[in-house]
Amino acid sequence: MLTLTHYLILSFTLFSIGVAGVLLRRNIIIVLMSLELIFNSVNISLAAFSYFLRSLNGTVFVIFNITVAAAEVAIGLAILVTVYRARRTVNVDEIDELRG
Amino acid sequence: MIFNNAAIMQTLNVNLNAVAPVALMTVLAIVLMVIDFFLKRENKFSLGIVTLIGLVLILPVAATTVDPAPAFGGMVIADAYAAFFNVVFIIAAIFAVVISNDYLRKISSERGEYYYIIIFATIGMMVMASANDLVNLYVGLELMSLSFYILVAMRRSATGAEGALKYFILGAFSSGILLYGITFTYGFAGTTNLTEIARMGVNLSSANHYLLIAIIMLVAGFAFKIAAFPFHLWSPDAYEGAPTPVTALLSVGSKAAAFAFFLRFFGGAFHEFHAHWAGLLWILSAATMLVGATVAIQQKNIVRMLAYSSIAHAGIILIGVVVMNGFASAGVMFYMFVYAFMNMGAFTVVALMARNDGTGKSISDYKGLAGRRPVLAFVMALFLLSLAGIPPTGGFTAKFFILASAIEARYYWLAAIGVISTVISLFFYAKVIFYMYMKEPDALDDMAPVTQAPSTLAYNIIIFITAVSTMVLGLCPTPVMDMAIAAVSHL
Repeated sequence: MLTLTHYLILSFTLFSIGVAGVLLRRNIIIVLMSLELIFNSVNISLAAFSYFLRSLNGTVFVIFNITVAAAEVAIGLAILVTVYRARRTVNVDEIDELRG
Repeated sequence: MIFNNAAIMQTLNVNLNAVAPVALMTVLAIVLMVIDFFLKRENKFSLGIVTLIGLVLILPVAATTVDPAPAFGGMVIADAYAAFFNVVFIIAAIFAVVISNDYLRKISSERGEYYYIIIFATIGMMVMASANDLVNLYVGLELMSLSFYILVAMRRSATGAEGALKYFILGAFSSGILLYGITFTYGFAGTTNLTEIARMGVNLSSANHYLLIAIIMLVAGFAFKIAAFPFHLWSPDAYEGAPTPVTALLSVGSKAAAFAFFLRFFGGAFHEFHAHWAGLLWILSAATMLVGATVAIQQKNIVRMLAYSSIAHAGIILIGVVVMNGFASAGVMFYMFVYAFMNMGAFTVVALMARNDGTGKSISDYKGLAGRRPVLAFVMALFLLSLAGIPPTGGFTAKFFILASAIEARYYWLAAIGVISTVISLFFYAKVIFYMYMKEPDALDDMAPVTQAPSTLAYNIIIFITAVSTMVLGLCPTPVMDMAIAAVSHL
């Protein structure tokens, strides 16, 4: 029998992997994928809470989240294209003109 | 129909009046999108005029839309508090649009989408200020953030794209953390509605591990949005990379929107748990004030200096959130109101000083400005002194209200750190004034006209309005402060 805790542990694991990916990986494409992972881990815990609390708010929230995440990734990729055109690189370490 | 329509309408409380300002702004944005479609590239400036007229017409509607009853099933609340912040957002948007027209020509990036994305960002802020539900808050927050990512990337230079990329990654990351916090708020309260969460809080025993995770995550997510230490790293880069009018709107609008929700959330929904979150915010506030003021000293670029100064300001405004009584909350609102004018004014001078090739943003470019343009140097000095908190400017009154509320509530150490931060920040504000009045310009080419703009009229109008408002708010703060106190009394 799967309990709420199982889903929360799954969600927390995915969230941690996502956070680690954003903080540690140098390739922006991977960073964007890690961001998606964070959003989806949140969706899992929202859906789980929604199911176990017998409340619909969480499910509605998940649908909003998916929509917003789609818009977010579209803008992220657009910015990435602009950066790539200017710098010819997708490595975070090499994008360091602004300092201070 | 199985359901009784009238009964459903009553529970939902469909009140179109409550969302009138947001609806009108959306109409304005759509109208701009349609007009943009028919305009030639060289006529895009007329979109700015349409935007300006629209915003000026919507401003009185936003100021008068006051309805303390939650509408749309408790999702939206258009109280006096929301109206106050809506006015701040629209004023900031008006200033940004007016100075954009000429600035976009300078960086030769006259694009129609610029104007309606500014409107969309403002709509996001307004949704945040009047949100009474976490779903609504999140959608408003993302509408604002996504619009700002695009606006920061608008100047398609390498620095613009780099600033936008850093802002995007850290912004999306912070949204994820915030969202995780919202999840756990939902998990322990069983609802996303702020009124119901507040009701839940009264009955709940304090030891709840979901609650602690929720508080830590929410505070971290919001600290990103207001650029508090240690989550401030995106802000100088985004500020420097963005077109200056966008920087001005970003520093005023997004901060005010985040604080608007901060106050409503921690003052309303989580008020019962003050003991749990106040300590965390105390540390955040103290660290932000000190780091912002100290790092600003070594900046060579005026935009980066103002970015760190706005970080220090965020720390001082956070004092009001930590104290969290009626007077402190009103102090935060008053601070945001004054900040909108003085910071917009300072950024307008920066936009005016910027040259066509993108230079002119270094502090050393301000050397000897008093000799060449005495009036401009004088108002810049006024804005900087106001930001530093010198009487009789608005910045002094705003800081005074916040620090007085902290002392009244016996937060002596926090107030002391606030004063220390103000003293440190005087150092870098005074440096610019010193450069303007005491130093000779570096080379002869600096004697060339500061701006080749066809007309500086737009800048002059904004500088005049912001300068007068900064002084008036310093000399007679009572009307605005009374409005703020009345607005928080219903919170």
